[in-house]
This record gives sequence, structure tokens and C-alpha cells, in this order.
Amino acid sequence: MKSEGKKKIWADYQKEIADDHFFYVRSCIRQSFFPGSEQFFLHFMRDVLGKDVYENPSHTSCTGIGYHSDIVPLRTIMAVVARHFALMKESGYKNIAISCVTSFGIYTEILETWRHFPRELEQTREDLYKATGREFDIPENVAHTSDIIYKFSNEIAAKAKYPLVNRLTGSPLNVVEHIGCHYAKMFPKHGVGGAEFPRVLSGMIESWGGNVVDYPERRHCCGFGFRQYLVQANRGYSMSNTIKKFASMQPFNPDLVLTNCPGCTMFMDKWQYTAKEMEGTVYGRNGEAIPVLTYEELAGLVMGYNPWDLGLQYHMVQSEPLFRKMGVVFDPADKFRTKDGKQMPSPADLINV
Amino acid sequence: MSGYHELLMQDVRFEEGLKACMNCGVCTAICPAAEFYDYDPRKIVDLVQSGNNDEIEKLLRSDTIWYCGECMSCKTRCPRGNTPAFVVMALRTLSQKTGFFTESEKGRQQFAIKRTVGENIFKYGYCVATYAVSPEMHREQGPVWEYIIENTRDIYERLGANIDEHGEGPLRRIPDDAREELKKIFEVTGGTGLFDAIEKHSKNKAIEMGLEFDDEGIDNEYFKEVFKANNNKHTPE
Repeated sequence: MKSEGKKKIWADYQKEIADDHFFYVRSCIRQSFFPGSEQFFLHFMRDVLGKDVYENPSHTSCTGIGYHSDIVPLRTIMAVVARHFALMKESGYKNIAISCVTSFGIYTEILETWRHFPRELEQTREDLYKATGREFDIPENVAHTSDIIYKFSNEIAAKAKYPLVNRLTGSPLNVVEHIGCHYAKMFPKHGVGGAEFPRVLSGMIESWGGNVVDYPERRHCCGFGFRQYLVQANRGYSMSNTIKKFASMQPFNPDLVLTNCPGCTMFMDKWQYTAKEMEGTVYGRNGEAIPVLTYEELAGLVMGYNPWDLGLQYHMVQSEPLFRKMGVVFDPADKFRTKDGKQMPSPADLINV
Repeated sequence: MSGYHELLMQDVRFEEGLKACMNCGVCTAICPAAEFYDYDPRKIVDLVQSGNNDEIEKLLRSDTIWYCGECMSCKTRCPRGNTPAFVVMALRTLSQKTGFFTESEKGRQQFAIKRTVGENIFKYGYCVATYAVSPEMHREQGPVWEYIIENTRDIYERLGANIDEHGEGPLRRIPDDAREELKKIFEVTGGTGLFDAIEKHSKNKAIEMGLEFDDEGIDNEYFKEVFKANNNKHTPE
């Protein structure tokens, strides 16, 4: 009986993640800044696991960045998302896989709004039909793509060529995980582990041999703040919040930061560059900055993929110090080559090289 | 005209976001904006809850409602199940509909967001796309971004992108008919109306401020002013 009680208590923190047949929706930011990550996800799902993941070319932005900077009304974004659900219905899919935490937050907010206010759902049905002639169903399963990588993290561990272990010392690498506010702070039941015990990234880290770093500002926002970054005059907000996190994690000597949301990945990478330029400050050891990786990049690295095919060279903070710790074999000459092997020039002033 | 509280109640986010605030201040304690701006979401919720029309109007005209970053951390922690950020979002929508947003430096920035992110939606089908993030407006992106912009096709081809081409893949060209559907959705649901309101009120403000204003693009004095202006009075003394 006691274990039944415990199961009941923890039930709120569990999430059902579909196993196959996904309708895949891309992220404006992930595909712009980390296209290799989205392509690795699709390769892993389709070619390694043999899953069915469908992308409809007619799918657009969810307009979430516009919504959270308040230029897109709620009624509008509900119809935009409903159009994605209509494409999904027309393509014969019931499980949605979302590549962006902002989008994931948008989808969960809209689904909860429709649940709390059925009149809004009816309004959206009318709006979408009037604008496009389309009709939609509500998805049966809503997953962020990190949920799916989490679900299959043991399969990745089984294929691990380079686990998250320091080859020189034999100790687990210290990994900071950053979940991204809109994953579960708004509607905790949609996230693995909810808002209080998020497991989506820490589960991956532990499965792949690393040590999860706990630090005071672990759950603090990366600092995006939508309008606080989009408008140049406001960027002090964005950078200050990122620096607050880095200053808090610094004493715990992280070897890398693993992120859930593509926006967080970009900000935690680029604001480290800015801090170094403005103040000469770095937050890693030995005068280095801390590499910030997407979960797809880290999964690919652990599985032994060429880091240059994953796109790790296109961050400001370079990952070579991490490769050396993990024992990753890499070819420096291949770093800035095209698909056809043509040598390109090297970008200036990258960090950690 | 209806009172502002009544107008706010027409927004489901306001109805959902403000049940009964007991002024505990947990939202302010957790708030990243309160950390760096002269900002206190508890006071906003308390003021709006009072229903004082004049005070709400002052809020709609102020910088205060534009400090929130919409991280939504306040939603997780409110012991009464309120969402101060939803209250702020409803206030921002009303401020733009009434034109009050042009009365504050931070509010005027909505014009810059509309002319960049807003227009990207119709032009490209994306809020953000690589080719729409110019290094000149984003120095923090660093030299790697200048390099990516100079070598976009070579770089993205290796990473599997399908930049500006039809079909699947990262940064694919969004079909014309899909972008046309987005436009129709905006027209039917009030999205176009909000864009038009931002344009109309911003143009009036530009005239009042004696700044050049163009009906499109970002190469005009008013855009540059609202994108960059900072009177340095936004942080606590």
C-alpha cells in the first residue's frame, strides 16, 4: 500500500511520451542557429531507431516570438497553431513532436486555454475555417523533441562511443542542465518531472555517464525575455540574467552546459562572448569559457558522430576542451569544410581555440 | 467607454491570470525583470485588482508594463494560482489598442518589434530566420555570425539545411499558399488590426516627436530612435 501511495504522489510528475508516428514541427531559432541539431534528431529517429517522423513543408512559424513580444494576439496564434493541427490531421498523425521550447509552451498554453475556456476552442475552429477552410483535431500526444530523446536515452547510452566521463581522471563530467522556462514552469504536467523535478535533461546526463550540477540559480531564466532581447536598447536585461547564472554556476566547475531550448542555447553561448569582450570575464577553468550544447549535439557527440557535421564549430564558444576530456577524436582540418570538402576560411576570434 | 478593468476582463489571460492576489510578493521575488529593472509585479497586480480606472490608465501609459520578460516564472510560484505575466500581457494588448503604448520609451519599442519580427512572419513564414538576423543589429552574435551570414549556403548545406528551397528541411522556403493562409488568419483574428494600430499610433508619435517616419522598412529615424533609445531611468536608484 505504501508504494501505491508513493506512485500516486509521483503520478503528477510522470509524462506519457508517444513511441512512434510523429508529426514534426521545426523551430525558427533551432533551424536558424542549430540546423545540424534538427537534422541529427531526424536521422536518429528515422535511421537509427526506424521511427516514422513526418515533416509537412507547409508548416510555418508558430508565431510564438511575436506572441510573447505582444505583437501577435492570443486569438491569432491560437488559429496559427490550429492550422498546424489541421495539417497534422490531414497527414494522418496524432502525435506532435515540437522542436522549440517557446513553441512547446505556446502549444501547452493553447491546449490548456481551450480546456479551461471551451468557447475559445469554438472561436478558433470558426476562425481557422473562415480563414483557410481547414478543420483540426487536438493531438493525442504532445512531446518536446527532448522528451523523445529522454525516452530513448538508454538506447543512446547503449551506443555510446564517448560517455560523459573525463578520460584522464575517470570522473564523470560536471554538466549544468538548463531546462528553459516555457518547458514546464507554465503547465508543469506537460514536462517530464514537472516544474519541481525536471528530469528531461538530467535523465540524459545520468544515462550517458555525467554528473548533474546543482547550483543556486539553476532554475533562473537564461535572460531571453523576448522584447528584452529583440530590441537593442533592452539587451542589458538579457545579458545580466545570463551572467547571473554563469556567476552562480562557476564555483561548481561545469565542463559543459546542456540546454533544452534553442533560444537559451544561443544566449548562453553568445552572452559569454559578449562578457569576454566587454569585461574580459570567462566562467570556465583555465581561462576558458563553458561550451553550451543542445541535447541533439550532445547525443551525437556521445554516439561518436563527427562534431563538425553536428555544427559545433558554429557556436562562439568552441567545444575542443570538452572533446579532449571525453576523448573525442576529431579532425581540425575538417572543421571549416563544405559538404563537398572545399576548404573555407576560418572565422575570427572564436573562444576556446 | 467601458472602464479599463472591464476591458481587461474580456481577455481570457486576465480572467485566468488574476483570481485573488494576497500581496505576498513571491512573484517579485522570483522575477528576473525585478532583479534588474525598477519593477515589481506584485504592485501591478495589486493596482489592477483595485479596479482604479485612473491608476490603470497611468499604468497603460507607463514604461512599467514593458519590463516583464514573459518567462512566466511567476506562474509556477504564485500560491494563489495567479499569473502576473498574463495580467501584464493583457495590459500590453490594451495599451496597444488604445495607443497609450507610444507614451513611454519602452512601449514605443513595439513599433520596432512589429517592423522586424512581425514582418518576418509574412515575408518568410518565420519569426526569426538566419538571413533576417543582421550582424549590424546584433553585435553580440559575434564574429561567427558574420561568418555564417557571409557563407550561409556552404555552411547550412553541410548541416543538412534546405535554405530558401522548396520541400522539407531547416530554413526551407515556406510555400506562398502557406504564407497567404497566415495572412488570412491574421486578418480574420485581429492580428492585422493590431499591426495597423501599432503603425497608426507610431506614425502619430513620430510626427509629434519631429522624427522621420516611413510607411515601411527600418531605415527611418523613428525606427532607429525606438530601437536604440535608453534614457537610463529604468533601473532602481
